[in-house]
Amino acid sequence: MTWIQDNWTVIFPLGWSHAVLAGVPLVIGLILAIPLGWAARRWRRAYPVIVSTSGLLYTIPSLALFILMPLILGTQILDPVNVVAAMTVYTVALLVRTVADGLGSVPDHVQQAATAMGYGGLRRFLVVELPLAIPVIIAGLRVAAVSNVSIVSVASLIGVSQLGDLLVDGFNRNIPGELLLGIAACLALALVFDVVITAVGRALTPWTRTARA
Amino acid sequence: MIRFDRVTKRFPDGTVAVDELDLTAPTGKITVLVGPSGCGKTTSLRMVNRMIEPTSGAIYLDGTDTADLKAAEMRRGIGYVIQHAGLFPHRTIVENIGAVPTLLGWDKKRIQERSMELLERVGLDPSVARRYPSQLSGGQQQRVGVARALAADPPVMLMDEPFSAVDPVVREQLQDEFLRLQDELDKTIIFVTHDIDEAIKMGDQVAVLRVGGRLAQMADPAYLLTHPADDFVADFVGRDRGYRALSFQASPRLPLHSERTLLMGEATDRTDEWILVVDDEHRPQGWVEPSRLSGPVTEADLQRGGTVARASGSLRAALDAALSAPSRRGVIVDDSGELIGTVRAHEVLAAIEDADRPELQDDDQAGSPAPDPAAEHTPS
Repeated sequence: MTWIQDNWTVIFPLGWSHAVLAGVPLVIGLILAIPLGWAARRWRRAYPVIVSTSGLLYTIPSLALFILMPLILGTQILDPVNVVAAMTVYTVALLVRTVADGLGSVPDHVQQAATAMGYGGLRRFLVVELPLAIPVIIAGLRVAAVSNVSIVSVASLIGVSQLGDLLVDGFNRNIPGELLLGIAACLALALVFDVVITAVGRALTPWTRTARA
Repeated sequence: MIRFDRVTKRFPDGTVAVDELDLTAPTGKITVLVGPSGCGKTTSLRMVNRMIEPTSGAIYLDGTDTADLKAAEMRRGIGYVIQHAGLFPHRTIVENIGAVPTLLGWDKKRIQERSMELLERVGLDPSVARRYPSQLSGGQQQRVGVARALAADPPVMLMDEPFSAVDPVVREQLQDEFLRLQDELDKTIIFVTHDIDEAIKMGDQVAVLRVGGRLAQMADPAYLLTHPADDFVADFVGRDRGYRALSFQASPRLPLHSERTLLMGEATDRTDEWILVVDDEHRPQGWVEPSRLSGPVTEADLQRGGTVARASGSLRAALDAALSAPSRRGVIVDDSGELIGTVRAHEVLAAIEDADRPELQDDDQAGSPAPDPAAEHTPS
């Protein structure tokens, strides 16, 4: 345990890069998943293709994806962009179905009323359908956040530094304290993500917390 | 004016929802489309604002073919009310009401004022303005739905079973209030319902549709009740139509009898007959049986089963007042609710016998198709 006392401050720089590597893909992935999810709803026949194809991406082993990325993107092998891109793929994989189902949860009569009042397609999507899909999307985003925080640690194996370094180093040098600290920091970070996403979700959906009169 | 010109809708699976419909909804009137499920009434309604595009034929809004208009823009000029109100759950009540004005680009202050004005107009307390739809009862939501449809003051309104998801008492209130509103607004309205009683109550004219989307009869309610065009319409219009038709016949001068009354809180020494109790302003409160009284009349002594008819009301109301009163004397009041006298059932019946029924027209029901024996007994 003396290791922890002497070295615990390393979690700050490592934690920060871990947060960036897990968090940025979450945002990019969400932005990509929204049009894909919309398309899956819009064209009924596209739904199974889009949702199952994107879901399949999640089954690619992370280490393989990290190594493949430089080949696809033409980046350096140590470039953190590889990790961000790979994590974005996982986020999209998880969120496309979520977005599609969230949009599907918007009541029919509400959509019809919006159309009948003269909302054009894009405006109806942005002003009516997307906001109403938020509760479902937030739920999916929480899952994706936890998944990202956990998968990112593998990036240590390709030399991109974050909290995973503590796990790899702790294992290689047999320092239980370092292993423990790495696990605890990952857990704490996942918790922070969850709290932030939940808070944002609450702020965006005041109508879901009103008691029935 | 909304005019359907040989409008047909055939869905991709081959079902014909609406078949060569010719129909005119006159300006400032409520035209009700009524019929069993599968008669194409909702499809017809949705073709007006092009939520559904007709397969053939055309719909004209004040002479303009709706196919030539931009759908979204046209819709902003047509109020739309549906069964479950279809309010935006994530918007407050004022925001919901202001939705179309917002689309039209009104400035914020004007939208706010207009929304608050409408809120009161449809009988809602201004305190609900900042609430969300889920915090309101079904009836209140439906009122918001009406307010929202009226927000940009559209000349035309489409109403698809607007009052059928609320309980009967609230439904009746909403119907009455809407009719009062329409008296001031004179909107051109197409109103869809499956409920013939609602159709007869709300409609200036009623179009009865049969399964397969064909017009069976188009007439004003009184005419529909007295002269159904065929068995289908007669069946659909239902029982008691003779009695219900009386709703549309104004009472002639009925022979009124003066009635001995008792003021609330007074005692009486009579013991024989039913006595009518009134309040200080001479408004009927109920009947009492003096033999059961042990002192001054209190609220608890009143028999309130009897209905009250206005002298300017219908024969149906007058007859009902006579039939429902425990004394068998129907209470008649003036427009301010003050007692003017009572009438007996046989006297109302005599008045009914003297009254004219709407006459059968030779060129019966404009727009109704020629009798088609095959379609007469379409299962409903």
